[in-house]
Amino acid sequence: MSAIDIIEHPLGRLSLESLPFYKMSQDPTLQNLINGSIAGTAALIAVGGAVIVAGLITYFHGWRTLWSDWLTSTDHKKIGIMYVVIAFVMMARALIEAMLMRAQQAWGLGGGFLSPDHFAELFSTHGTIMIFFMAMPFLTGLINYVMPMQIGARDVSFPTLNSVSLGLTAAGAALIMVSLVLGSFSTGGWFGYPPYTEMAYSPGVGVDYWIWALSLSSLGSTFTGINFAVTIYKERAPGMKLMRMPLFTWTALCAAILMIFAMPPLTVATAQLALDRYLGFHYFTNALGGDPMHFVNLFWMFGHPEVYIIILPAWGVYSEVISTYSGKALFGYRSLVWATMAISVLSFTVWLHHFFTMGQNANINAVFGIASMLIGIPTGVKIYDWIWTMVRGRVRMTTPMVYSIGFILLFVLGGMTGILLANPSIDYQVHNTVFLVAHFHNVAVPGVLFGMLAGYHFWFPKAFGFRLNERWGIFSALCWIIGFMLAFFPLYVLGIMGLPRRSAGYQQAAYVPLEMVAFAGALVIGVALLALVIQLLVSIRDREQNRSPVGDPWDGRSLEWSTASPPPEHNFPVIPEVTNLDAFTVAKECGEAYQEPDEYVDITMPRNSILGPVLGIFGFVLAFALVWRIWWLVILATLATFVTIIVRGFARDLTETVSADDARREHQRLLERVRISPAISRDDERAPVNVGLAKQGPAKVVS
Amino acid sequence: MKVSRIMAAWRHWVGKASNARYALFGAALLLSGCSGAPHFSFLDPQGPVANAERWHFYIVLGIMAVLVAAPIFLVMPFVLWRYRYGNKRARYAPKWKFSRLIEIFTWAGPVIIVCILGFFVWRDAHRLDPYKPLPSDQPALQVQVIGYDWKWLFIYPKLGIATIGTLGMPAGRPVSMHLTSATVMQSFFIPSLGSQIYAMGGMVTQLNLEASRPGTFLGENTMYSGKGFHKQKFTAVALAPDDFKAWVKKVRNTGMTLDGDVLKTIAERGTLAQLITDLPPAASHDGSVYLTGVTPTLFRAVVKSTMRGTRVVPGNGSTPAHATTTRPSLTKTRGKP
Repeated sequence: MSAIDIIEHPLGRLSLESLPFYKMSQDPTLQNLINGSIAGTAALIAVGGAVIVAGLITYFHGWRTLWSDWLTSTDHKKIGIMYVVIAFVMMARALIEAMLMRAQQAWGLGGGFLSPDHFAELFSTHGTIMIFFMAMPFLTGLINYVMPMQIGARDVSFPTLNSVSLGLTAAGAALIMVSLVLGSFSTGGWFGYPPYTEMAYSPGVGVDYWIWALSLSSLGSTFTGINFAVTIYKERAPGMKLMRMPLFTWTALCAAILMIFAMPPLTVATAQLALDRYLGFHYFTNALGGDPMHFVNLFWMFGHPEVYIIILPAWGVYSEVISTYSGKALFGYRSLVWATMAISVLSFTVWLHHFFTMGQNANINAVFGIASMLIGIPTGVKIYDWIWTMVRGRVRMTTPMVYSIGFILLFVLGGMTGILLANPSIDYQVHNTVFLVAHFHNVAVPGVLFGMLAGYHFWFPKAFGFRLNERWGIFSALCWIIGFMLAFFPLYVLGIMGLPRRSAGYQQAAYVPLEMVAFAGALVIGVALLALVIQLLVSIRDREQNRSPVGDPWDGRSLEWSTASPPPEHNFPVIPEVTNLDAFTVAKECGEAYQEPDEYVDITMPRNSILGPVLGIFGFVLAFALVWRIWWLVILATLATFVTIIVRGFARDLTETVSADDARREHQRLLERVRISPAISRDDERAPVNVGLAKQGPAKVVS
Repeated sequence: MKVSRIMAAWRHWVGKASNARYALFGAALLLSGCSGAPHFSFLDPQGPVANAERWHFYIVLGIMAVLVAAPIFLVMPFVLWRYRYGNKRARYAPKWKFSRLIEIFTWAGPVIIVCILGFFVWRDAHRLDPYKPLPSDQPALQVQVIGYDWKWLFIYPKLGIATIGTLGMPAGRPVSMHLTSATVMQSFFIPSLGSQIYAMGGMVTQLNLEASRPGTFLGENTMYSGKGFHKQKFTAVALAPDDFKAWVKKVRNTGMTLDGDVLKTIAERGTLAQLITDLPPAASHDGSVYLTGVTPTLFRAVVKSTMRGTRVVPGNGSTPAHATTTRPSLTKTRGKP
């Protein structure tokens, strides 16, 4: 890192060799050709996709709108939507990688078609993306969009920080995308255990990509956690006591608290690993006093709560969805709240179950095994309460409900295999095999992803003013469920048959048939993703028949459904008074919904800020320069970051005002719509007549 | 003559059909009786540890299938059908949201189930602790295992031999292993015999296994360790006591002397196949590497040198004089030595 270094290597380690097809062009063996073509195609898709998007924006003169209405926006709703967009883009990539991996293993007898290093990059990026750049942005996006409205707030507590979090997450996602084009990603898996990820064993840039992408993302998530927790504590509407909060908000609160406490261990662990790699420290090396076990402990102190960070909000979605589509209050609200809190606390006490096989004594293993099982108690309570919610309800089989039912049934199996793994003596057998892979996908796919997709379908009309196509939605949901079962149930058996996870190949012919079934499952999941894309396009095409501008297409129960769709930037013309759980349902029943308030007042809203995107860009540049060791750029980007933050400190006029008149006009437009719109019963939920005004009173009785 | 031909045909047919059987019935069935191929699953246990783990697996699975899965899989479809939107005859109570009795059962059910399961966790975590010596009237065979990229070195300290690719052991007699890694973290695993345990640099873990009868068993590393990871397999071979003695003698007679240069070659990153290319004289006819003249202190020397970041010189069991920063007394071994 001397001055001469900077002059001699102005681009650090970056060179022609960093391009994905370099190796192929120098040494055109068949395997190099195959791997180079796949990597090259992926790079082309990444670059081509970016170019096409940029071209389209230019063609439609969208740059100004993109910048001033979206990227610099501090509106929690727009930030939420942008998070979800990131999640979908990253999900597409990680899913394609998953299909490649399944193909590799399906033809893996004796070796497969990918090089082992390429395969290792695939499982590393797949895991890293799915956790940090699919699940996290998705849930952060949903919470961002929904939670402030559910508690009757106008925005989160720190809107600009919210935008900064988004910027950092996007920077991390961009860094992973760049790793497709320049250099290669880590081969150390999503948890990157040292000493494998130390310089001695992974000298390339891959691990550095992984470290800095995670650092950016975990920093953003820490800020997000603080932001959400403070918002829920401080911004609730009058009367919105904690025990009147919708369950989704409760899960958001728990996830936020978990983020605050769980993200720092990860940031510390990756920072220490970076010190090892960049400055020759010995935190996690084999030698000279280093101890890789410290990393493993730190990582799972983050990693296990992280499981609940991503899963709790999804369970919040299920609570809302099941209660809404059963036309019934949530059963056992108090139990569900306590169960959520119990899971949050317990999630910090079980991290050791990720390494029962590291040689702890039997007492330690047994204690952590039982602690892990304890989580099964509140989880079981939740499952039962969701079923009880449907009892004496009128269950409508909409797309989110299909996801929810699929979740309950599949999650029971995933929970069961989790209990199996919580037994140290069974874990000794199935740990690190594909049984484990099957287990965590069995909890993460139905538990998290289905919940996120259910939430996407549930709140889409709120965000965009029209409903999504139900046929394609249900088709996609069924494909997800069936594809999931085909892809992962065989892995349980393969794990019991001793197939280690992350095997690029194997020698046992007996594995082949089940691997083939799993590959077929991956294809079905591919169809599911495609169906989601088609659904979106079809729904946009047919949006005029599916508009629900009045804002309550599902006869919703919480405050977000009381606003127009899409809601005004300030959410509520006047902050609502809350007297009950299910605030909006109660208001509708008492005839207090859609009332003109006594008076309108001026509303103060945060102004747009360039801080988020600018810090995102500088963060990206800094991380990129660190990866490639372009030291002058590291210094510049660091300086730029600090200067930006200091300059921001002098900024004045951080707010703007929505005048009382504007608020009135906005609200009266909604009230006028309410007046002229037909109130529909649940029979007509899917018909064009559902413009988002729900009919009250007992459902029509047909004898 | 005729009978044996029929038997051969039968075995051939069974061998062919076994693929389809795997696909159809999954693990349990197909694991039962494949001849020749190494055993590779704990549902086809070949030793007391794997056998206990199999029963533990079945018991926990059974309890949960009956108490957890069955009720939900029965109740859920019923509730969905009964309370479907179209069924206007079912009772509709949109405000019904609490019942003390139901809540008590909702919490009590999982609590009871976890109490039952917790008992098994506690009992078997202790009973099947990998560090616990297995009961036997014979002394355990001592084996020291060192993980390299991407092969396992098995040292028999009392016999003065070492092998790569084949782990020979006497059937019916416990094997007590000490494990370490000379490289990244690895996980040593023989599924049909019992537990897996991590092998880590500068640290020593322990594992006790036993094969009940002669046979061959798949052995592997389950912890990703680089591009040769999926080839880091070995065959554990349990032999009748006399056969084991003969095998040891064979290794001693045909093996190559394990000196510093050989160890250096072993330590290089490469699979067993690559090692055999590099060390042709060490290769045996069964595709393994047999080594002899192994000093009893080699294992400890490797642990220490990995911990100090120095190269090990086998023979005198110590590290070179130019060893840099040393932290003696930092041997991270758990439990009794």
